[in-house]
Amino acid sequence: MSYIVKNLAQGDRELIAFRVGDQEFCVNVMAVREIRGWTKATSMPHAPSYVIGVINLRGAVLPIVDFSARLGMRKTEPTPRHVIIVSQVGSRIVGLLVEAVSDILTVTEDNIQAVPEVASSLVKQYARGILAIDKRMICMIELDSLFPENESEAA
Amino acid sequence: MDMNEIKEIFFQECEEQLAELESGLLKLNDGDRDPETVNAVFRAVHSIKGGAGAFGLDDLVSFAHVFETTLDCVRSNKLEPNQDVLKVMLKSADVLADLVTCSRDGGSVEDSRTRGLVKELEALAKGEMPSGGAAEAPKPAAAAPAAVAPTDDSGFQPIPFSFDDDFGGDDDGKSVFEVTFKPRRDLFSKGNEAALLLRDLSRLGDMAINCDTDALPALEAMDPEETYFSWTISLTTDKTEQDIRAVFEFAEWDCDLEVNEVAAQAAEELPMVPVPFDLSALDDEPAVAPAAAAEAPADAKLAAAAARVEKKEAAAAPAAAANNAAAAANAAGQTIRVDLDRVDRLINLVGELVINQAMLSQSVVENDASGTSAVNMGLEELQQLTREIQDSVMAIRAQPVKPVFQRMSRIVREVADMVGKSIRLVTEGENTEVDKTVIDKIAEPLTHMIRNAVDHGIESPEKREAAGKDPEGTIKLSAKHRSGRILIELIDDGGGINRERVRQKAIDNDLISPDANLSDEEIDNLIFAPGFSTADKISDISGRGVGMDVVKRSIQALGGRISISSRPGLGSTFTMSLPLTLAVLDGMVVTVAGQTLVVPLTAIVETLQPEASAIHSFGANQRLISIRNSFCPLVDVGRILNFRSTQANPVEGVALLVESEGGGQRALMVDAIQGQRQVVIKSLEANYTHVPGIAAATILGDGRVALILDVDAVVGASRGQSMKQDGGALKADVSLAAAG
Repeated sequence: MSYIVKNLAQGDRELIAFRVGDQEFCVNVMAVREIRGWTKATSMPHAPSYVIGVINLRGAVLPIVDFSARLGMRKTEPTPRHVIIVSQVGSRIVGLLVEAVSDILTVTEDNIQAVPEVASSLVKQYARGILAIDKRMICMIELDSLFPENESEAA
Repeated sequence: MDMNEIKEIFFQECEEQLAELESGLLKLNDGDRDPETVNAVFRAVHSIKGGAGAFGLDDLVSFAHVFETTLDCVRSNKLEPNQDVLKVMLKSADVLADLVTCSRDGGSVEDSRTRGLVKELEALAKGEMPSGGAAEAPKPAAAAPAAVAPTDDSGFQPIPFSFDDDFGGDDDGKSVFEVTFKPRRDLFSKGNEAALLLRDLSRLGDMAINCDTDALPALEAMDPEETYFSWTISLTTDKTEQDIRAVFEFAEWDCDLEVNEVAAQAAEELPMVPVPFDLSALDDEPAVAPAAAAEAPADAKLAAAAARVEKKEAAAAPAAAANNAAAAANAAGQTIRVDLDRVDRLINLVGELVINQAMLSQSVVENDASGTSAVNMGLEELQQLTREIQDSVMAIRAQPVKPVFQRMSRIVREVADMVGKSIRLVTEGENTEVDKTVIDKIAEPLTHMIRNAVDHGIESPEKREAAGKDPEGTIKLSAKHRSGRILIELIDDGGGINRERVRQKAIDNDLISPDANLSDEEIDNLIFAPGFSTADKISDISGRGVGMDVVKRSIQALGGRISISSRPGLGSTFTMSLPLTLAVLDGMVVTVAGQTLVVPLTAIVETLQPEASAIHSFGANQRLISIRNSFCPLVDVGRILNFRSTQANPVEGVALLVESEGGGQRALMVDAIQGQRQVVIKSLEANYTHVPGIAAATILGDGRVALILDVDAVVGASRGQSMKQDGGALKADVSLAAAG
């Protein structure tokens, strides 16, 4: 997985870490537009199970994705304590429902370990590296691969 | 700003000039003989020519030049703008428009068409001109290429300032001109400079110049934007008066210019004192004036300095000259160009402001029952302000329908020519304003209808005469506002709908059964049925088969309605009613399985409370509702959209009777009606994906998102057409992140 190293070889990165269930994940801070509290979403017909619905983000219609469900883990029961990470994915904006934002990390490429070979294709699809910080394990996610820009890439 | 941007602006301006040109010509065609109209027409062509020259668009320049020359004859009353002349001119305007389009987008205009018109224009210019006319006199030696009668159209030189010594050489042809040049206020505001004009003039021959400074007031009384100087120039040259005027070509509108030929000796006897004047001194300002002529250059320098001041001031405040009569004639109003994206962003923000304000009011009311506090009062004012802001912002996007209507007049001309009919287009209410997107989308269906009206609606001149009508047909296109919508009517005085034939055709095409009992109105509206075309012979003008049904569909896609009324022998009237904007929609807010949905009002025919006795089971899980003795399938919206897994009890809900695109009615079952509301349409695709059965989203007063129902898709799904329900979830999965 040498390409990962190449991708990250540009000095320090700032990452936002968040908690989903008992795991921690992080995404590049540049992809995050804002973090806001949970508001009730309007559910969408014929939507995949991980799409909770859409909310009004200052006049734009923002789809909310249950991050846990998207990774194939159990569905989240949203409460007012949950937060939405509004992120830029390609040309579009998607809200990620997570339990809490836990940290803002500044890391160098040395901190990032390659993803071990595992059987799950879903993990391979989204995980871009693993961070060991204070004995915690934080999985680095690339949002673009979680929500590919177009169908041909997804296939 | 690079060249391409400048060019883009030029083309945008061309559009405006072309519109001006056409409306002017049409005015002349209607008998308007106001010299200002002629001037406006001339100016339009002239400006296009000028700009095109700067960009080296030679085809455009040479055609515009010939056109301009002919127009000049009209302007100087040498050519009477009668119907025949104007016909040629209107065609020329069309060709000019084509040339502009080709210059911008590439491609080429039919050469033969251009050449033919050039010949016609030249014939007009030559044929009608008195023999002594200065403009046309082709003086063999000195005739400038810019003079009128170039018999071959490629001989024209687009650069008016380059007539140098190429023609000169023989002193015999020299004559003396006295040129009086007095700039008007506008000259400088348009970026011209007197000094440069004078320098160009000096290149034509030997000249003596005198600056008249009498009008110059004391410094404190001086208006920096006013012009105070005038110049009298005595020019000895072998060029013609035409050439001299050509120097001032682009300043002509903004100065008083007199050019008189005087005898060669008269130059010395002029009442003024000619001062030899080195104009190059103007180029570098601090140049030391030649001592012998110290006074005059000083004057001239002062003038030049003043001119510079004026130029700067004028550049800083171009609007300052607006009160000038010439400027008033020039432009209909002050406008600026704004990127549409910026306007849309503003509209979005204001829409959000309105919602926020509503939410704020709501929570204040909840916390302050008395409703008398200062906060409440302030909120009320805020509400009023936000409404006003919203209205004004929406008005920015509103544009008059005029450009579209003008395009139609060209189509009428061309199609009428092709089919050998004589037809007049009368437009009314062309200043009616409607949202830009509506204007953009109305042009195509309207074109189709106009072509239809010309091709099928209006009869041939012989038929018309036989019917005792004016051989010239009339098509009237009108627009007006009515109850929050725009009403566009297309009225022709042709033969009207031939009901017998329409009926027969519909039977032939299996659209109706032979024994169907239809009212006249129903027969007329059959022409909107898919795959219906009444023309016996298929012409290349109104296409084959794809007729009014396409028109109807595109009007409906805009949230509009179209209908026809026709009187045999007297003509037909098409009436289109369109929303003023596509950004908002009149909707019925309903509740379905706990969700709030919006159903477009245009789709709803009626609403009713079903009674148990009216509901009939039909097959395994179909139900029909009887409405006035006809049966109509019942569609549970909640079921179709997967909001619930079992059918709701119809008696507990409300049925919305809708009419869909494919014809036929359906009763949509919803749980309750919340009310009617105008909603702002928001794209779902921008961040999500297209959802089957959902047209778009909107944001309600409480800040929540509500979905707008796609009635046609829901009805289609109820008919068994796939809404991709089985694969739907998967598709949404994949394309959740797909580009909107």
